[in-house]
Amino acid sequence: MPAIIMKKGRYMKIYADNAATTKISKAALDTMIKVMEEKYGNPSSLYEIGQNAKNIIEEARETVAAALGASPREIIFTSGGSESDNQAIITAAAIGEKKGKKHIVSTAIEHHAVLHTLNKLKNKGFSITLLPVDNNGLIDLEELKNAITDDTCLVSVMFVNNEIGVIEPIEEIGKICREKGVLFHTDAVQATGHIKIDVGAMNIDMLSLSAHKFHGPKGIGALYFRKGIPLTAIIDGGAQERGKRAGTENVPAIAGMAVALKEATEALESNAEKTIAVRDYIIDGLNKIPYAELNGDRIKRAPSNINFCFEGIEGESLLLLLDDKGISASSGSACTSGSLDPSHVLLAIGRPHEVAHGSLRLSIDENLTKEEADYIIKSVKDTVEYLRNMSPLWRDLVTGKRKHIFEEY
Amino acid sequence: MALYSEKVMDHFKNPRNVGIIENADGIGEVGNPVCGDIMKIYLKIDNGIIKDVKFETFGCGSAIASSSMATEMIKGKTVEEALLLTNKAVTEALDGLPAHKIHCSVLAEEAIKSAVKDYYDKNNVAYDNSIFKGLDNATACHRH
Ligand SMILES: Cc1ncc(COP(=O)(O)O)c(C=O)c1O
Ligand SMILES: [Zn+2]
Repeated sequence: MPAIIMKKGRYMKIYADNAATTKISKAALDTMIKVMEEKYGNPSSLYEIGQNAKNIIEEARETVAAALGASPREIIFTSGGSESDNQAIITAAAIGEKKGKKHIVSTAIEHHAVLHTLNKLKNKGFSITLLPVDNNGLIDLEELKNAITDDTCLVSVMFVNNEIGVIEPIEEIGKICREKGVLFHTDAVQATGHIKIDVGAMNIDMLSLSAHKFHGPKGIGALYFRKGIPLTAIIDGGAQERGKRAGTENVPAIAGMAVALKEATEALESNAEKTIAVRDYIIDGLNKIPYAELNGDRIKRAPSNINFCFEGIEGESLLLLLDDKGISASSGSACTSGSLDPSHVLLAIGRPHEVAHGSLRLSIDENLTKEEADYIIKSVKDTVEYLRNMSPLWRDLVTGKRKHIFEEY
Repeated sequence: MALYSEKVMDHFKNPRNVGIIENADGIGEVGNPVCGDIMKIYLKIDNGIIKDVKFETFGCGSAIASSSMATEMIKGKTVEEALLLTNKAVTEALDGLPAHKIHCSVLAEEAIKSAVKDYYDKNNVAYDNSIFKGLDNATACHRH
């Protein structure tokens, strides 16, 4: 074993990939098991066992609506963030098409669930404007205003970016869209349960959320749609969800999601405060590594997100060695995604390919201790150093054969 | 199932022959930082035999493991034998790589060829250019 790995102290197991998914909460899990055991009826059945299951769903709908400042009739349950994003965009496109409006404004840093859906619409004759972002990942509101035309049927801007954690100015965007009379959808998958959302005050017309990002179960999510918006069903069949989403409801998952969201919402402020303190501690620690830079705005940032680029190393090898030290993290390198290009988000904030390959995303939660934070900082520092020592690219940077992209500190 | 075989993880975590050789007889560098993989091979050659070999790699687990394995496979061999090393042989010796990772290991074969070419050029050894024809775009990304 390489010396630095052997020298590690006590073995720690740290899950720092909460933007990928989260561990299910105990309360959500208990609820799900109970619902599976006791409320197994089909919610569409008229007898008591069926109606009991139906009640579970309607209670959950109230909980989810309350967390967003919406009314229960404005919520449908879906299979998760991807489906909600797809349905929101397809809905807006269908409404637009009827009025002859076939232009959509979104951003360069959206999740693929949004980008790929927009691409499909492009092939059907829609024109798509993807707003660029600045070096911190923020869109420019003036650019947004200028991008909206009489043909625009939708503005879709994510609440929190999943890679770099940047929080977009949702309230301001909502205001602009309202003034211009354009539908506004936000992918709030990374925001829900972590950042305060009020669909009324923020003028949000449609919003996507996914349970597994706030300690709920996987494969369940919701779409908020403002009253009066005629949703287009993308799964046809039975009359579930008032005909807007066919298929026998995933009752246990819906119940688990509601419990997790209620917990997350109630503890939102204290969790955020705790998480931000540890996040900033880790950011300060990693900033002491030479030729490293934080990705994403320092202030307008999700409580859980830490994302760095390190010069001279590649992300996948960094992840594998961190895994060996018990740390689960993520990277935007091409080799981790299986594609040939590094993350479109890192490229959009202006990172050149060579440093975008050397990115590391740690997404923590409120339970991370200072001791664990210290272990993360030390492990990342040691591993970056180890990989740099075997990197011909780093050698060229050190010997001056190639120019550094970052400042030393 | 894990992403990589045990062999790959062993060579990735305990890479053989990492480092540089001062006054190497042949040096080959392929790949480029834009694609996220660079491999550099240093050869010490005596009487046509590879006496020592070292590598430096900027790249993913598959790139580092295949560098390590490739250097092991040519150490002590003749230069001509080293030229016959294929990416396929390296991959097999590693008990396979995931399909989308094969392209990260191609560099090992190319880096060795490039180092041998450097050795030939430095020592005015005549050779048939066709042996090295794959190297012309070895600094381009491997878009397979
Ligand atoms: C911003 C964002 N949107 C959408 C999704 C997709 O959510 P799901 O996995 O629930 O389909 C994710 C999760 O990866 C995400 O982070
Ligand atoms: Zn690779």
